[in-house]
Amino acid sequence: MKISREEVVRVAELAYLELSETELETYRAQIDEILEYIGKLNELDTAHVEPMAQVLTDDQTADATLREDTVVPCGIATEVLKQAPDPEPPFFRVPKVIERSGE
Amino acid sequence: MTWTIENVKEGLTAKKISARELVADFYERIEARNAELNAYLALAPERAYAQADKIDALLAAGKPLPALGGVPVAIKDVISTRGTVSTCGSKILQNYVPPYDATAVARLEEAGAIILGKTNCDEFAMGSSNENSAYGPVKNPIALDRVPGGSSGGSAAVVAAGLAVASLGTDTGGSIRQPGALCGIPAMMGSYGRVSRYGLIAFASSLDRIGPLANSVKDVAAVLQTIAGRDPNDSTSTTAPVPVYTEEITKPVKGMRIGIPRDYFAEGMDSGVRDKVEKGIELLKKLGCQPVDIRMPHTDYAIAAYYIIATAEASSNLARYDGVRFGLRVEGDSLIGMYRKTRGAGFGAEVKRRIVLGTYVLSAGYYDAYYLKGQKVRALIARDFREAFQRVDAIVTPTSPIPAFKLGEKTDDPLQMYLADIYTVTGSLAGVPGISVPCGKVCGTLPVGLQLFGPAFGESAILRLAHAFEQAGGAEL
Repeated sequence: MKISREEVVRVAELAYLELSETELETYRAQIDEILEYIGKLNELDTAHVEPMAQVLTDDQTADATLREDTVVPCGIATEVLKQAPDPEPPFFRVPKVIERSGE
Repeated sequence: MTWTIENVKEGLTAKKISARELVADFYERIEARNAELNAYLALAPERAYAQADKIDALLAAGKPLPALGGVPVAIKDVISTRGTVSTCGSKILQNYVPPYDATAVARLEEAGAIILGKTNCDEFAMGSSNENSAYGPVKNPIALDRVPGGSSGGSAAVVAAGLAVASLGTDTGGSIRQPGALCGIPAMMGSYGRVSRYGLIAFASSLDRIGPLANSVKDVAAVLQTIAGRDPNDSTSTTAPVPVYTEEITKPVKGMRIGIPRDYFAEGMDSGVRDKVEKGIELLKKLGCQPVDIRMPHTDYAIAAYYIIATAEASSNLARYDGVRFGLRVEGDSLIGMYRKTRGAGFGAEVKRRIVLGTYVLSAGYYDAYYLKGQKVRALIARDFREAFQRVDAIVTPTSPIPAFKLGEKTDDPLQMYLADIYTVTGSLAGVPGISVPCGKVCGTLPVGLQLFGPAFGESAILRLAHAFEQAGGAEL
């Protein structure tokens, strides 16, 4: 077995993802099978291979990384806030996270 | 009739129909067929008629139409459209209305295209059958009991059913090319960096690409032409010049070297598909192309590397759905509790599975064994392509090992579904352009796709080959 129930629980905690008991077991079994398959990568010796995080070379994005840092007003703050479940313009409101001492 | 950019523009210029009438005509047919196909998730009539009026004003003033003037198009629901709900096929974005347009959408509209609406897709573009949409699967217009492919299933179905002249899809591991193949239309992803991703709601940022689906290679070229090129809002969009694809496609293909990777024809391919693709290769030979036997030795490892990298990037990108700035919120007993409940209720099974897998491969203790290993194998696959393109101008493969399968046939076995991406994910990992073009039918009705890969920023070569193949009757093999 590649992945245990406890590991799925831990990963779901890391991802802030609530899973039901049924989901936990179903995903564990499916992911176990997928990891088993992925294990075939160990057939390849990659000790001297540089990892590839993205495909573009520097010269293809040269001007992108060094563009002028100019302010461009976009003026859509009101529309953006309209999409929030609990806006308090100009803020997004979230459940209380800090308790005052002595309260 | 088959809708093309050319016949739309001819009809408008000859005043056989106004742009407003054309839009009304499309909406009437969408109304009649969409309940059955489930291909459109939202329509944008206000926007469409406003654009149609602009086109009609141009015509009335005797001015020439721009490149896509009056052409009705559809946009995959993971691409942002200002003022029109964009759900990504997810419950978590059920009521989300983007406050801005994706660059690709803005460019289509600037070129005169009329945006009809948003197309159904697998949730956050994760899937190969369109069955992972929170709003139900799309039916393949060619065979209603079969899948249209995915994840851009809606974008393929609307074009194949004549409910849009062209559409935009997105491709992360095959999501434009495979539905194009299964619905029998040409469909293309340009090189990574060719088309701006600004406004594309991210799944896997190092792999995601926006690209066109249409009824002809010529139209695919015209749409790519419109959306390609540098965009200051996407630092990964390149400054590489954009050739005039609509002219490039008419150049001769005689003497072009086409690589046939025997590693792709090994096993697991439907015999009918194999037969058609071999006939496709014969047709390319008749057109004067030179076949070259090539090896791409790391092909067999592509699915494993892809599902590490794509899920890792997805787990990171999808962290933004937390019930704070947009989308669904489900209250909990704390801030963290709210995050957990929101995400648990808002995401569907495939997305949750990929978030768990992606978080796992990035987590302490597993990063080197999985994520780093995946990135190293990605480098080997990219090297296979670079070496092949020293000997050939294009690589020919099937797009999908199987034709459109029955709805529900593979939903219980995610790994089997992933394995069907074998021919498309390689080019995704390498960043090269790929196009699927119709290559005959099996069982009399089910289309087969021939896939052509080109070197990075070599879109012209594969468009030219695909166009010649189509003109020579490739779809009827």
